[in-house]
Amino acid sequence: MSAPASPAAGENTLGYAPGYSPGRTLPLRVEIVRQFRRRRTMAMFALLLALPWVLVVAFQFGPGSNGGNSLRLSDLATAGGLNFAAFALSVSASFLLVVAVALFCGDTVASEANWSSLRYLLAAPIPRDRLLRQKLIVALGYSAAAVTVLPLMALLAGTLAFGWNDIRVPGTGEIIAASDVLPKFALVIGYALVSQLVVAAMAFLLSVSTDSPLGAVGGAVGLVIVSSILQAVEALGSFREFLPTFWNTAWLDALSPQPDYSGMIKGVSISVTYSVILIAFAFRRFRRKDVVS
Amino acid sequence: MTFPGGRRALTAVVALVLVVVGGLAWALWPSGQPVRGQDTAISVVDGPADDQHVTLDATFFPPASGGKAPAVLLAHGFGGSKQSVRDLAVRLAGRGYAVLTWSARGFGRSTGEIALNSPDYEVKDVRQLVDWLAKRPEVRLDRAGDPRVGIAGGSYGGAIALMTAAYDNRIDAIAPEITWNDLADALFPDAGGNGPMNGVFKKMWAGIFFSSGGSDLAPDGGLDAQSLAGLSGPSGAARALTPQQVQCGRFLPAICEMYQTVASTGRATPEAISLLRRSSPSSVPGGIRIPTLLIQGQRDSLFTLGQADANARQIAATGAPVEMAWINGGHDGGDSEPDWVFDRTAGWFDRWLKDGPGTTANAPGAGTGADAFTVSRDGGRDPGTRQTVLVHAAAGGYPGLSGTGKTTVTLSGPEQQVANPPGGSPASISSVPGFGDLLRSGGGLGVSIDVPGQAAAFESAPLAAPAHVTGSPTVQVKVYGTGEATLFAKLYDSSGGPVAVLPSSLVAPFRVTATEAGTPVTVTLPAIDRTFDAGHRMRVVISTTDLGFSTPATPSVYRIGLASPELTVPADPALITPSTGPAWWTWALPLAAVLAAAVIILTRRARPARSAGDRPDLADVPLVITGLGKRYSNGEKAVDDLSFRVDKGQVLGLLGPNGAGKTTTMRMLMGLILPDEGEIRIFGHPVVPGAPVLSRLGSFVEGPGFLPHLSGRSNLELYWQATGRPAEDAHLEEALEIAGLGAALERAVRTYSQGMRQRLAIAQAMLGLPDLLVLDEPTNGLDPPQIAEMRKVLKAYAERGRTVIVSSHLLGEVEQTCSHVVVMHRGRLVSEGPVEGLLGSSTPNGSGHRLEDVFLDLIGESR
Repeated sequence: MSAPASPAAGENTLGYAPGYSPGRTLPLRVEIVRQFRRRRTMAMFALLLALPWVLVVAFQFGPGSNGGNSLRLSDLATAGGLNFAAFALSVSASFLLVVAVALFCGDTVASEANWSSLRYLLAAPIPRDRLLRQKLIVALGYSAAAVTVLPLMALLAGTLAFGWNDIRVPGTGEIIAASDVLPKFALVIGYALVSQLVVAAMAFLLSVSTDSPLGAVGGAVGLVIVSSILQAVEALGSFREFLPTFWNTAWLDALSPQPDYSGMIKGVSISVTYSVILIAFAFRRFRRKDVVS
Repeated sequence: MTFPGGRRALTAVVALVLVVVGGLAWALWPSGQPVRGQDTAISVVDGPADDQHVTLDATFFPPASGGKAPAVLLAHGFGGSKQSVRDLAVRLAGRGYAVLTWSARGFGRSTGEIALNSPDYEVKDVRQLVDWLAKRPEVRLDRAGDPRVGIAGGSYGGAIALMTAAYDNRIDAIAPEITWNDLADALFPDAGGNGPMNGVFKKMWAGIFFSSGGSDLAPDGGLDAQSLAGLSGPSGAARALTPQQVQCGRFLPAICEMYQTVASTGRATPEAISLLRRSSPSSVPGGIRIPTLLIQGQRDSLFTLGQADANARQIAATGAPVEMAWINGGHDGGDSEPDWVFDRTAGWFDRWLKDGPGTTANAPGAGTGADAFTVSRDGGRDPGTRQTVLVHAAAGGYPGLSGTGKTTVTLSGPEQQVANPPGGSPASISSVPGFGDLLRSGGGLGVSIDVPGQAAAFESAPLAAPAHVTGSPTVQVKVYGTGEATLFAKLYDSSGGPVAVLPSSLVAPFRVTATEAGTPVTVTLPAIDRTFDAGHRMRVVISTTDLGFSTPATPSVYRIGLASPELTVPADPALITPSTGPAWWTWALPLAAVLAAAVIILTRRARPARSAGDRPDLADVPLVITGLGKRYSNGEKAVDDLSFRVDKGQVLGLLGPNGAGKTTTMRMLMGLILPDEGEIRIFGHPVVPGAPVLSRLGSFVEGPGFLPHLSGRSNLELYWQATGRPAEDAHLEEALEIAGLGAALERAVRTYSQGMRQRLAIAQAMLGLPDLLVLDEPTNGLDPPQIAEMRKVLKAYAERGRTVIVSSHLLGEVEQTCSHVVVMHRGRLVSEGPVEGLLGSSTPNGSGHRLEDVFLDLIGESR
């Protein structure tokens, strides 16, 4: 160690160090790099990218169901890349993607608190609202990447394994041209993103409230589980429409021959409503929270 | 997380649980007074000569509203009893009607024999039930002996409603459901239009119909119209039966004989037709002159939509108001929509019994509502339950089966040979009577099987635009060959997929005498409501067999061709599906949420404006703390009225035992926790979370905080980038020199020792050479040479006009490093001043000028 050969402190009449500007703190690029090199980020993306190939292998090895006339989504998975991608999305949307989104959004603030790095970021100083905003944008970005990368990889894997065929609609066996379905497929992925927004917002609120990253992730996944259980209680009647997970499978309607978007619109509405309020609470809480970690 | 935060989270969870429990309780709480039925036996006299005494087992439900109310007679379906309609009766009574249910003669505990709603038997019974109602004090009367009364019922019960209305002018309104107009026509249909004598015997339905009446010897045997498909096994089988009973059950012998004759031959006889017609509303044209709501099922191969259509035409001809509803289900299963049917029926009675004119005379103008004709259509799937939902398309008037508009679709196909297999087997399958949804796949699509060689198909080109069909399409075919041919026509919706859909699983049987020149016949196909999508084809198939019908046993071959390539397709464009556009909350909720979010965020601004603005006079003073106080959540004070000042160039030691409040003070200094009272100013600027002046502060408090997966260098680089300040201001290399980590700098921080992390953290605090450096226990974990070096570094740092604050509990450390010292104990300031000054002060025990002694004196503990 040696004393820094530094210039003497000049007269600073500003209220802040030269070059400092609140609006330039924690650039998105920096936060992306900070998160990207984490093992759990890498592992999650590796899993999401590998899953379609695992499914492809599973379908190759499984007893041939090609001859059957069954028109279930799972039996039609091998009908072509688009069918396979729809199948992969349907099996992963209810849990795997929930966990992925909860991980990216629940871990983001809580892990900084856990590492004690949060206090140095805040003392840098990064204004609290800005810290949350940047972290939320990056976490949602990673979540969006997770939700997008799985069906796209499934599309690739399915196309290589089963060919680029028109989509066969479950239930009726009708054929819709691949070129017609592709834009709808983008819509489906977009809807899957929006429907995971509630999970993201809940995980984010918990992330702000606790120092335990696993607590935040688990709490958000727990919310989904409780909501799914309540959804099965038919006695609740139309109350269930307002459960955050009720419309999560509405994207199937977009792939039917007569697409019906009303369920998806309701789903977007519910999802946005919950998310906006949960995120608002996250900001409110973090603003005046005593950071003691 | 803090305790208050935890409590708030707990409150939120408790509130959520309360809301959910409350909602459940509200949804499940039993409401209203239970309606109690009064069981009674009503003796009636009937028969052609009015000499047969029958005791009807009945239950009377007084209106829940009390007082005098209109009455409703609720009739059960074939094979059922008064128990089958009990729930409906309770609901109607709850809606303010006096309701009478009864087991028809030959059913349940009632005596007598089944006479198929004959005017001589059942109709006379029901007229006496009306007499009985007229004597009840709960029933509102139009005049003496004439109660205000309506009749509702399904299937067999629907027919008695129609028949009674024809024979008793005291009835004010009826709502018959899934029933017949002409029983002969229903059991011997001929789509060629030549009447039941030429009809094809609907053997399976007829068999089920008669056997369910026959086997029902036990009281309260369990079939009603809705569940006729779910045939129960014979109940009460232990009872010894006479051959007559085994054969005819509780049927009137005349009916039993008639059935045995026609079922053996498969052909109608004039006697059978006249007997069946006597039990049919078609036998009393002009007899029914009261408001009638006809509800018929689209999935009904027993009593087709055509039967309801005939009723509608017959009653409308008298000028009486008639409304029609085609519901989804029927005798073949599907969704019988009990709730919708109840609402519609109750609404009908509300209109004609409660508010209506109350007489059988028509009120001019009354009649057509906006939904005089409704059709239940597939409304897609409910996204939550994945169940199909129904929507009700409505039109202002019922146009009949030929629709309000007709289009023609051109069919093509060569003449094709079809064979009638010997014995009529194997048979094509359209629906299996009595087994409802057996052939339906999950999507509710009828699967139909045609046997190769037995069916001729004629197909249209793919439709250019969607075609809506509401009513009975017609097609003209020619049948070549010899002898009498029994044929079945079906209209498929073919999408090009593996399975063509037979709408509602319905077929149109017809009988024609084939000639070598070809006998032309116009076939009326089953009435359906369906949209054929663009790109789909309409396919007409003529087959020689159908499982549900009696076909000739003799083998034969015919040729079938199109007499005209035109398939006439009726439609009713007036039918409008109510907009299923998004509910109001779809837009309102997100908007409300955004507003709520704004309130949530804006009502808690970063800090109450307690601190005054900047103090330019203090711009040169690195730190001024005034009256600072902070309580733990349990109310104990961590910092209490702390005030001190640090001037430029000082190295200040913050000294105190564990728990003195040093770290809490430093955290407040960094804007991490908010003081309860007092203020902190750095260079004259008040410290609040995220205050820009914190950029002039470098800090290391309570241990290092690094991203463990990144190297030491990356951590510092990314930290500096996170401050958003120019890279050249960082003086990174100088800071790294202080850390002295060498090659370890490129390793992930998680591999570092405690001392290495400590040094890296101090280097991070020095990034950008802040004007005020705050270090909490900086020498922890360092070895003696490093401690000595650190001492030099800090002194050199302060010599250039910067200021350093070091907290420590190592007294020697402070003594050697610091120029000034602040001593804290239990959150309060005990002493402050230059180190020399403190050492120079007198000590009571005179043990020498050692800071340690001074310190122990100050905090009030002596050795």
